Amino acid sequence: MSLSSDEYKKMGEKAVPKTKSIRNLTGAFLIGGAICALGQFILNFYLDLGLSTPFAGTACSITLVGISALLTGFGVYDKIAKFGGGGTLVPITGFANAVVSPAMEFKSEGFILGLGVKIFTIAGPVIVYGILASVIYGIIYWIMGLL
Amino acid sequence: MEYLKAFAVGGLICCIGQILIDRTKLTPARILVGFVVSGVILSALGLYEPLAEFAGAGATVPLSGFGHTLAKGVRASVADNGILGAFTGGLSATAGGITAAIVFGFIAALLFDPKDK
Repeated sequence: MSLSSDEYKKMGEKAVPKTKSIRNLTGAFLIGGAICALGQFILNFYLDLGLSTPFAGTACSITLVGISALLTGFGVYDKIAKFGGGGTLVPITGFANAVVSPAMEFKSEGFILGLGVKIFTIAGPVIVYGILASVIYGIIYWIMGLL
Repeated sequence: MEYLKAFAVGGLICCIGQILIDRTKLTPARILVGFVVSGVILSALGLYEPLAEFAGAGATVPLSGFGHTLAKGVRASVADNGILGAFTGGLSATAGGITAAIVFGFIAALLFDPKDK
């Protein structure tokens, strides 16, 4: 089979993103899955201690956030994220990482306008739109209860 | 089996995030906002609770689970306190996670300096 260099280039462009995206998806699935399995283990631990389901869930979130903050501090979370991609972004540990990273980075610009402001760079929008969505839902739910 | 379900469902939800990273120009902040708001909507439609019952932490650890917790908190609080609950339920239910992120974020920032990437 003979190919012009142009055709060859096109074939290359087609092939590269595909293998890359399969590798990325595998990483996201394995790391994301592992973080959720770890979450299940922590959740079961708190349930076994006798915490009620909602409190065990909260305790599990707090623990995962703490682990993520520690790993982010040591620079380990970002290393895992190179392989995990979406698997490290989407779990609550990714949310924690998005809080801790800018807090560390902008500490040098001061505790109030550096750390205090930038700590919410990503968490801010998440909380703003999460709360807005939940309030809209709450109002609709309340009106439906009146009907 | 419980762990397998958490792993599989959690992994698949993360794959949705990976597809958004690879195929769109959405930034991480936008993707996370999308997950939280989707979680609220799916929970409101009654679709997230069955998933959470099936997959446990596989559904609650991803950020869509954070949205589900917001919606669940609002639902319970509106049932108890009426319209006021729409304003208090969400943050009350998610207070632990948000506070932990702020507290641990602050402590980590005190203890550690940013690493070269």
